[in-house]
Amino acid sequence: MAEKPKEYWRWDEYNWRNPDIDWRKAKIITAGVDVGSVSSQAVIMADGELYAFANMRTGSDSPNSAINAMNWALEGTGMALSDINFTVGTGYGRVNVPFANKAVTEIACHARGANYMYGSTVRTVLDMGGQDCKAIRIDEKGKVVSFLMNDKCAAGTGRGMEVFANLLAVPIVEVGEMSLQVEEEPAPVSSTCVVFAKTEATGLLRDGWPKEKVLAAYCSAMAHRVISLLERNGVEKDFAITGGIGKNVGVVSRIEKELGLTALKPRYDTQIAGALGGALFAKALVEKGTKK
Amino acid sequence: MISVGVDVGNKFTKAVVLKDGQVISKSIVLSGFDQKQSANEAYDQAIKEAGISKNDVNYVLATGAGKKEVDFANDVVSEVGAGARGAVYFFPSGRTIIDVGAEDGRASKCDQNGKIVDFAVNEKCAAGAGSFSESMARALEVPLEEIGPLALQSNNVIYMNAQCTVFAESEVVSLIHAKTSKADISKAVHDAIAARIISMARRVGVEKDLVMIGGVGNNVGFLKALGDGLEIEVLVPDKPEYVCAIGAALIAAERN
Amino acid sequence: MIANYGYKDGSGDFFVIIDTDKCMECPEKPCVAACPENVLEVMIDDYDDEVLAVREAFRKKVKYSCGPCKPAGKEVVRPCHKVCALGGIKHSW
Repeated sequence: MAEKPKEYWRWDEYNWRNPDIDWRKAKIITAGVDVGSVSSQAVIMADGELYAFANMRTGSDSPNSAINAMNWALEGTGMALSDINFTVGTGYGRVNVPFANKAVTEIACHARGANYMYGSTVRTVLDMGGQDCKAIRIDEKGKVVSFLMNDKCAAGTGRGMEVFANLLAVPIVEVGEMSLQVEEEPAPVSSTCVVFAKTEATGLLRDGWPKEKVLAAYCSAMAHRVISLLERNGVEKDFAITGGIGKNVGVVSRIEKELGLTALKPRYDTQIAGALGGALFAKALVEKGTKK
Repeated sequence: MISVGVDVGNKFTKAVVLKDGQVISKSIVLSGFDQKQSANEAYDQAIKEAGISKNDVNYVLATGAGKKEVDFANDVVSEVGAGARGAVYFFPSGRTIIDVGAEDGRASKCDQNGKIVDFAVNEKCAAGAGSFSESMARALEVPLEEIGPLALQSNNVIYMNAQCTVFAESEVVSLIHAKTSKADISKAVHDAIAARIISMARRVGVEKDLVMIGGVGNNVGFLKALGDGLEIEVLVPDKPEYVCAIGAALIAAERN
Repeated sequence: MIANYGYKDGSGDFFVIIDTDKCMECPEKPCVAACPENVLEVMIDDYDDEVLAVREAFRKKVKYSCGPCKPAGKEVVRPCHKVCALGGIKHSW
């Protein structure tokens, strides 16, 4: 039998539940489901406090991914879908969440979610998702002040990083640490386009560059690129990074260095910010008297 | 009077020897990581095939992405300039020239002498170049030379959302999972790349006649998508990948 | 809210920048009709405000859709800018 190709993009898919909350005592239970192009999350909140969530890879169709994520978040809670007062769908596949009561853009959800996750002092949110990159400035309530989204091009996204993880045969969760194992920071990869950057990296490997150095050159190119997007939208502290790349210390530390700002430490998984915001939007809608 | 044009492309390096305005030999080699060496190889081969010696050559002009690496050239000429000159050599009525290579795409408008009036270039994004169909062929698990003819077997219109090569690969995989036929996907791929080239061409303004040059000119799927999209007949010279090198050699002959 | 619609790719930065707070003060929204390419639309945003946006279908090709209104090297005012009395629309290029 042929050996299964190694999947370097894999990260931990998991669910989580807060054991200190008894959801049966809560007045309002809401959910947010973020169906992204690469990952999907479902978040359940009890009276506006994070109760449970699940984070997994998006499958080949959006409705199933939404259902799977939601079922996984519900697993072991004793809660049924019908116990949830209101559900907001968000993300690239937001219109394909069959049980959602409303769809809200991922920009507004990330803003609201970041406000919960990092506290009310956060003013600039950089979301580095699977297939997009968003720069968002928010006020103390988590409302969007300005935004910019780039979803045309893979440079600066999780998919771009996956391409490099595959090329170098390094698990994506190790890329960040590995890229910091260099004595001297190399010049960033010069091509913006991921396809051309890959060709460039192949040449560097041929020239004898170690993997660490190639990854450093790519992480720094990625940092440089997203900073230009951030700056177009305006940067104000406090600053936070959400999305999968928010866990990549190689990219995060280089963004911090170039920007001269330290990113806030997240309270939860950076990938759930969108779904978290969705659940908070849902709560506000219930309080406003919006019916399912 | 003997002149030589050397076109150092991102994927292939071409050399053409011209004697009194006629092509007497041409060569093509893979552009390696050392472009200087590739240029020399192509030059040596073309000279050998022409049965002449380098001392017989009056003037050498280099063009293409690696033109500055050609140390034996007397001078360099831009890719748009060389391309248009070569295109009107084959089709004197050509006024709009579209040149799509492995990693770049260009649209230009020229006069009857092949002199450039206006042009637009894409060289920073793989989605507007031959790389795109190459990546899609890999995703479809179809040999590169078959993806074009495969597209001709479909009359269905499927719109691809992804503008980026990397995202389009995932989209092709999803289409395969959704049991879309490979012919339909191939057509969608070529419609997508043609749409980007058409946007660029419209920016310079499309005038008759339209000539397609560069390696992607060998791809029948792309040519069909381009012609249908622009509603115009697309003229393609035989072996379109050599046209820039021929154009450079023609300009070289005048420079001497 | 400042909304940046468009993209950055290898060829440059192409964004249509809309100050939606200004749209809220402008009930007529003449910019929608002024655009020869029909790029703009009025929508209700996530905060229930009626604002201007770039249509979804144009967001990844604004470089081309907004190209004809301002040929390279020419000093002309784009029609959408001209009709916006509040100066709520800008282009990044």
